[in-house]
Amino acid sequence: MTLVRSILLRREAGILVMIVLFCAAVGFYKPQFLTLQSLKIILLLTPLVMIGAMAQMLVLVARHVDLSIGSMLGFSAMVVGLMYREYPDIYWLLGFPVAIFTGAILGLGNGLLVTIFSLPSIIVTLGTLSLYRGLTFIISDARQINRSVIPTELKVMSRTSPIFDIPWIILIAFGIALMTFIIARHTQLGRQIYALGSNPEAAPLRGIDVTKVTLIVFTLAGALSGLAGILYASRWGFVNPSNTGAGFEFQVIAAVVIGGVSINGGIGTVMGTVLGVLLLGCVAAALPLLGIPGSTQNSIYGAVILIALLIDRSVRQGGIIKRSGAIE
Amino acid sequence: MSDQSTTQTRELAPARSAWHVALVRPETMTFLLLIFGLIGASYLSPFFLDINYILRSFTLTAEMSIVALVLTMVIISGEIDLSPAANMALSACIFAWVQAAGAPIYLAVLVALFAGLAMGALNAFMSIRMQLPSIIVTIGTLIFFRGLAQVIAGDKSIRVPDSFIGINTVMIAGIPLPVIIFFAMAIILGFVLGATIIGRQIYQIGTNKEAALHAGINSTRIKVGLFLLLGLVSAAAGIMAVSRLGSVRYDLVLGGELQMVLMAMLGGTYIFGGRGTILGTFLAAWLLVIVSTGMTVANLLPAIQLTVLGILLIVAIIATNFIYARTQR
Repeated sequence: MTLVRSILLRREAGILVMIVLFCAAVGFYKPQFLTLQSLKIILLLTPLVMIGAMAQMLVLVARHVDLSIGSMLGFSAMVVGLMYREYPDIYWLLGFPVAIFTGAILGLGNGLLVTIFSLPSIIVTLGTLSLYRGLTFIISDARQINRSVIPTELKVMSRTSPIFDIPWIILIAFGIALMTFIIARHTQLGRQIYALGSNPEAAPLRGIDVTKVTLIVFTLAGALSGLAGILYASRWGFVNPSNTGAGFEFQVIAAVVIGGVSINGGIGTVMGTVLGVLLLGCVAAALPLLGIPGSTQNSIYGAVILIALLIDRSVRQGGIIKRSGAIE
Repeated sequence: MSDQSTTQTRELAPARSAWHVALVRPETMTFLLLIFGLIGASYLSPFFLDINYILRSFTLTAEMSIVALVLTMVIISGEIDLSPAANMALSACIFAWVQAAGAPIYLAVLVALFAGLAMGALNAFMSIRMQLPSIIVTIGTLIFFRGLAQVIAGDKSIRVPDSFIGINTVMIAGIPLPVIIFFAMAIILGFVLGATIIGRQIYQIGTNKEAALHAGINSTRIKVGLFLLLGLVSAAAGIMAVSRLGSVRYDLVLGGELQMVLMAMLGGTYIFGGRGTILGTFLAAWLLVIVSTGMTVANLLPAIQLTVLGILLIVAIIATNFIYARTQR
């Protein structure tokens, strides 16, 4: 009984229940929602947000926030797109290290501004959100990278599959989630990130190099955004200086906050974040099926963030399940 | 040795002359930048130093500048609000939608103002009553308000009747009405913040919340009041923007939160609260107009302007932090 109880009291159980209830409710009206086909649709909606959410989770756990993720995605995708356009004969896989490296540099820029000048990350990344977006326009001369430029091998990655009919792009996203899980749970760096976020004053007293950890977290967030950037080119087949990655940070923050990552730092799990991403994917997949126009999607994301914040608060104040007496 | 050095600083302290004190104020930096901006821009184009041209350019951002004045007070009190731009868009959409449904203009204005107040109340409830960090709460409400505006207006633009269009062409003594409203708001809010008990209490809350509590200041009431005021003023600014543009879409002033925060930061408002003035934000609003019209006159791409705004925000916050760190000793 204690085992069941400890599982039910976990934050992840709440999100899982929400996913099941939501899918059951939608499936009740539209039975075709509960098929393998729609599961595939849900999964195809999520890979980019999944990778961005892993990045944002680490940043939030360290008690920071990164609003520039969407702009870093756009810039990295643009750099790769320009590379493919200028050097059509280049080996296509080279796009991956280039995108990840570009993103890492941008993320390092955020980290340096935050650590050197001890500025609040939210204002710095609000600035770089606009700065990196502007740079994307400048390097691309405000022109789009067209479908014909992106290598076919890259584009088919989001359709072809090495195993079980699951496309590459989804496997990569779950691979990143697994990597983040290992970093968070089984490395010294991961534990230091949690320690830093739980108590920034105590962390240096415990011998944690706060500057180093902060820099790594922001660089990692940039690198993952860069990876999401090249996968964007793979998924959609084009790179547009104004659309690519715009508003991406909001989806990511929504997913992460729903996943139970605390905005006060120190709390958050990969499992919860993955479930948060899946819940958003379910919502996005269910809307057209229920005949609700896509224009409502943003308001639903916003409402879901606010509700998740309130739930997060009540969990911190003694547990929502305990108080309602559902277990006792 | 250490005794000697402390006495030395004590002796040095009164030696700071009035001009030195004035010089390390962040508003002075803003003012000097404003002068440099004017000189630089008039060098780029001889037509620039036309006062009517500058006034007309100012009407383009007057709405946001008015909101930035109230936002300055919110930041001084130790909170922040990133949602006013989305609030402007949603209030404007509600206004246009209500009057398109056949209601008289004054009723539509009232409904929109009430909606703005309600949005401010939601922010206040989440960040003051529920004690969640306002920075994350207002990211949530930013998405929520903008999303609701999209639900109301869809992807179309809603037109308003011709009689309502053109607040920016109404002239009083040769000055456009939005600029007059901006001046009036700056004077009123500057007086409230600088010369009233409430103003002093706002500074005190932002400087040290616990000390303010022990001094008997009801910080909850003041912060809730500031959020409500910000919501109301944002709605009014949204309606002004509709009157200027003649129609409204859900993406009205998209990304405007950056410019509003930038105005406050450029004016020397301290991001952690407790410091800043209305005068600073007032000057920064003019500085931004000079910079952006200067860039337009110089034929720079809008994308480069986006980059410049981002750089300006980071530089402004580094500079104010530096100045405050120097003067705080």
